[in-house]
Amino acid sequence: MAWTRKDLVTIRDLDASEITLLVDTAASLQEIATREIKKVPALRGKTIVNLFYEPSTRTRTSFEIAGKWLSADVINFSVNGSSAAKGESLVDTAKNIEAMSPDVVVVRHGSAGAAELLARELGCAIVNAGDGAHEHPTQALLDLLTIRERKGHFEGLHVAIVGDIAHSRVARSNLHGMRKLGMTVTVAGPPTLIPPFVQELGAKVSYRLEDAIRDVDVIMMLRLQQERMTRGLIPSLREYSRYWGLSLEKLAAHARPDVLIMHPGPVNRGVELSPEVADGPYSVILDQVAKGVAVRMGVLVLLAGRKAEGAA
Amino acid sequence: MSLLIRNGRVIDPANGVDAGADVLIADGSIQRVGPSLLAPANVEILDATGKVVCPGFIDIHVHLREPGYEYKETVATGTRAAAAGGFTAVCCMANTDPVNDNRSVTDYILAKARSEGVVRVYPIGAVTRDLAGKELAELAELAEAGCVAFSDDGNPVMDAALYRRAMEYTLPFGTPVISHAEDAHLARGTCMNEGVVSTELGLDGAPAAAEDVMVARDILLAELTGAHVHIAHLSTAGAVRLVRDAKARGVRVTAEVTPHHLVLTEDAVRGYDPNTKMNPPLRTKRDVEALVEALADGTIDCIATDHAPHSLAEKEGAFDDAAFGIVGLETAVALLLDRLVHGGVLPLATLVARLSTDPARLLRLRGGSLGAGAPADVTILDLDAEVDVDPARFRSRSRNTPFAGWTLRGHPWKTIVGGRVVNP
Repeated sequence: MAWTRKDLVTIRDLDASEITLLVDTAASLQEIATREIKKVPALRGKTIVNLFYEPSTRTRTSFEIAGKWLSADVINFSVNGSSAAKGESLVDTAKNIEAMSPDVVVVRHGSAGAAELLARELGCAIVNAGDGAHEHPTQALLDLLTIRERKGHFEGLHVAIVGDIAHSRVARSNLHGMRKLGMTVTVAGPPTLIPPFVQELGAKVSYRLEDAIRDVDVIMMLRLQQERMTRGLIPSLREYSRYWGLSLEKLAAHARPDVLIMHPGPVNRGVELSPEVADGPYSVILDQVAKGVAVRMGVLVLLAGRKAEGAA
Repeated sequence: MSLLIRNGRVIDPANGVDAGADVLIADGSIQRVGPSLLAPANVEILDATGKVVCPGFIDIHVHLREPGYEYKETVATGTRAAAAGGFTAVCCMANTDPVNDNRSVTDYILAKARSEGVVRVYPIGAVTRDLAGKELAELAELAEAGCVAFSDDGNPVMDAALYRRAMEYTLPFGTPVISHAEDAHLARGTCMNEGVVSTELGLDGAPAAAEDVMVARDILLAELTGAHVHIAHLSTAGAVRLVRDAKARGVRVTAEVTPHHLVLTEDAVRGYDPNTKMNPPLRTKRDVEALVEALADGTIDCIATDHAPHSLAEKEGAFDDAAFGIVGLETAVALLLDRLVHGGVLPLATLVARLSTDPARLLRLRGGSLGAGAPADVTILDLDAEVDVDPARFRSRSRNTPFAGWTLRGHPWKTIVGGRVVNP
């Protein structure tokens, strides 16, 4: 099948065959990272703008490397959130960038819906690199690619996503993608960090780490934002870590020996993951990061390539 | 100058009239209502055959934005929007700049209404100075200047003791306190209803309980003080239940509902259109059903638009950054006729009462009746004309509506204020 969408804004809107196409494309591009000369001409003459309204190290770098390995011209446009709020609106900024004829705009923004807004307003391809607590589709795709490489398939796998589900775009994109691919998803955390009615999106819910990690194939630990305490969502990092931190002891006592430990990063060592787990044999965290470049190459090729086909 | 409205179906809930009749107007007042009235000399005749003649509609919850936010709306544009939408009178909220918390602002608004307005304007004064919720505004002088009610609309008064004192202090004036019922802590940082849609969209939602706990509090304070508390823009099934129970106990509580809460649910927020962002937020189907039922049985006393004009720049960006509120004056009547009356869920006569007689009763305004001697404020409806909602043609200075492009059957045909046709 061929990719037909102008943009990649959500996983929720995709069907299983589209998700599989994205994962397959990424898988086929992975070997570029092993070459001595990491450069293919796929997107020569194409311009990619990384429009980041939130600080980001790995996602922005990952998109930048992906674009450069594909021979595109990559421009990074970082906007400090507060100065953007006072000045030019998101739509105005984006239209100014569009006037310079980019082929793809990769956008990260603190507001849910920002990528959808740009996709509607702009004629070029939009890639959502994270919009508020809504979605982060390329993160879910790299997680899926990592899981498939380790487990060989998707159908029938059971994943526990643990932590601050309520504020996590990673959890939402993964939940949608995993459900569409036939996986079971349990979200787990203290009730204050579980969004209301998440069962209606197809998730099972657990309020006890020991229960959530039993008999699952994958445990995905989420980063806990420090400011959650000030809003009364958890009493302290200490208590959170005691009940929701994943340690070797808890793993040994409750999880399967072949479980995968994933984390979208950056890790709060000692809060959601003990260092021994983060660096341990179960952990595929650095593999996720490596897969991120392949996934972003795949997304860029499909979106920019679609445009070239249309013009031909 | 006199006017004879011929051959309409006259619905006048205050006098129990629903019949074919003529309405004779002279000197700014209703003279007679009856079949086949004799036309006096020099009378202007308006043929209303096939139309519905009602007491002028009154919107008790409007933001005219003047003084201070004239880029959003002015008394001149807001009252023209009202006339175009079939309203002959509006009550304007106090959250202007400066706030209508002292007589000079009330005087200014009334002077603007006299010189530039085309419908009647009744100011609502602030409960607290600068809407800060700290100390009472000069309520007696505001009442004397012409404020018909008091409200910090937009801001809940979280200090229950202060709100109690406001209710007690205003008892002698007979003016209700209008409550923007929202617990500021439960609703902090939220931009839509809390539910499955907010979870899916990744937006912070306010639970229905944020409204319900304040409705409960204000009912208890009304019971304590004996004051009349009016709940603005009631939006939840829980609040309906609280008001219904309180009314059965004899508490002096009344309530209004907006047209948008009667026809839209939280599902409209999918797509992140900032024109679906308002406070209180759009709720669930279950809430909408409870609101319609409560409007029909009188638990909810009247319909008010919460007309909240904002500029394009305030409503075009990211959803969580956008301003709260939508314009309502020019779409309300058509929406209600199309969705509720033609939709078969509310009798026409009930709708007319909830837009005229009932709001006049709540705030003790002149009007809301076609009885002899009443002000000649008349709204005439065409129940069958189909209109497309086109914001470019709004008289309002703002265009922030979620109803653009909707085709609606039924709309206000003529608006008459003091015997003078002000629309079209």
